[in-house]
Amino acid sequence: MIFLTDLLRLCDEHDIHVNRESLPDGIQTLLKLAFTVTERRSQRRAVLGQPVLTKIGNVTIEMHRNWSDMLGFIGEVFSAFINFFRRKAQFRLSDLFFQIEAAGPSALFIVTLISVLVGMILAFVGAVQLRLFGAEIFIANLVGLGMAREMGAMMTAIIMAGRTGAAYAALLGTMQVNEEIDALKTIAVSPVEFLVLPRVIALLLTMPLLCIYSDFMGIIGGAIVSATMLDISFFQYFQQIQGFVGLSHFFIGVFKAAVFGILIAMAGCFRGLQCGRSASAVGFAATSAVVTSIVLIIVADAIITVLCQVLGI
Amino acid sequence: MMSTATPHLEVRQLTMAYGESIIQEKLNFSVSQGEIFIIMGGSGCGKSTLLRHLIGLMKPAQGEVLYHGVDLWQADPEQQQRIISRSGVLFQGGALWSSMTLGENIELLLKEHTQLTPKQIQDVIAYKLSLVGLSRYADYYPSEISGGMRKRAGLARAMALDPDILFFDEPSAGLDPISSRRLDDLILELRDSLGATIVIVSHELASIFAVGDNSIFLDPTEKTIIASGSPKDLLETSSDPRVIQFLTRMK
Repeated sequence: MIFLTDLLRLCDEHDIHVNRESLPDGIQTLLKLAFTVTERRSQRRAVLGQPVLTKIGNVTIEMHRNWSDMLGFIGEVFSAFINFFRRKAQFRLSDLFFQIEAAGPSALFIVTLISVLVGMILAFVGAVQLRLFGAEIFIANLVGLGMAREMGAMMTAIIMAGRTGAAYAALLGTMQVNEEIDALKTIAVSPVEFLVLPRVIALLLTMPLLCIYSDFMGIIGGAIVSATMLDISFFQYFQQIQGFVGLSHFFIGVFKAAVFGILIAMAGCFRGLQCGRSASAVGFAATSAVVTSIVLIIVADAIITVLCQVLGI
Repeated sequence: MMSTATPHLEVRQLTMAYGESIIQEKLNFSVSQGEIFIIMGGSGCGKSTLLRHLIGLMKPAQGEVLYHGVDLWQADPEQQQRIISRSGVLFQGGALWSSMTLGENIELLLKEHTQLTPKQIQDVIAYKLSLVGLSRYADYYPSEISGGMRKRAGLARAMALDPDILFFDEPSAGLDPISSRRLDDLILELRDSLGATIVIVSHELASIFAVGDNSIFLDPTEKTIIASGSPKDLLETSSDPRVIQFLTRMK
């Protein structure tokens, strides 16, 4: 049967007429069944067997479309914020509180665990080097500065990108599959205002708080290593940090966290709204949201760090 | 059946396409006030895509979609909003917002488009849910009820604002014959009591013959309308073998 279907397809491609009448009745019925639905070539995804230049061209066009979609989305979020400040945004306050709770308090355990461990790793790596110079006390400077300016915000952002950003993409993607987003559009409610705005505001508010929390947890992690490995008492450690790590360093970290929060929420929601209409598309949207968020976080971090350097902050 | 000079909904030279791939082209038809209009055709011929064009979810590649003579895509935002708020849509799977209860699903519409007081809103929710036999389910989430109930709840939501025109995407799909029959009766009741215009995308023959006043038949190969008229008339008078095959389930 497989041989016959292949043969008939080949004959069809080469316009060769095949007389099927001499075949047994059962085979004729099965063949008729196999070719009942004609192929609609225009609906087939043309990916396989393309020349390299065509592929490059298609990827470029796709990237261009992606960028213009992203710019359009940024514009929509901006206009949603304007409506929010004019108190005309179409969203439910209860949704905002729910999102704040889901993004903030629920993430405390994982933020605690990761931050303490990162603080300990920083202290441990530093301890090995600083011990060579008898400068163990500067571990406090290293951990304090590292957590306040960089690692607190960065680690929180990476956790939130994997935890919350992916969840946003998966949820909005599933809503897309279930036509819930279409249902919102048909009642003239903007999905960006109703779904994206509360999520962006939630992360904008919770990320700085989580960052401050992460900073302190990291510093405590460093203190544990200092006390156990280097015989630096908690009192000495915290006094050293107090003297060296000023509030401005913490403010830079908090500012970064707020920027990262906006980026994570927007990347998650953008990928969710962009999602196709199948289960695999939802999975792809979630993965893509995390990758986009992490790339944006690193790029934004580099830009802010350079700006701080230039401004001498 | 009522009829007015300007049709409630008119489609002129509509071409639907995904990128460069044309789904259907040169579609011309009109739906009169109070009519039950069926869009039929085999699977994958573009029925649901046509519905998405009619309700403003997809922009036509070419052509016009006119509501009472006003082009949906040329209208200013206020007119667009007015047209959209005067129409209700029942999606294939109900498309209820899963994070909200059935009551909240209806409440959102009423809050966005009316000035009703909270008490009045609750009364309307109770009334609309009772119309579809779900008066005890206002506090249930969509995940807590069956597929048929979700569809009926979707219908209650579509009717929340007493729309002038209702769009149903495969209303009988996934329903047992009795529920399907009840839904057909409800559709006829809606037309008779509210005078609403109803556009249904379907390939369920029983429903098509039970409720349809007028129809068009889309063909995926020709990529356009190959027959139009009352489904019963089409069955009796059409000479097109594809239409006859479809309407009689003939091999």
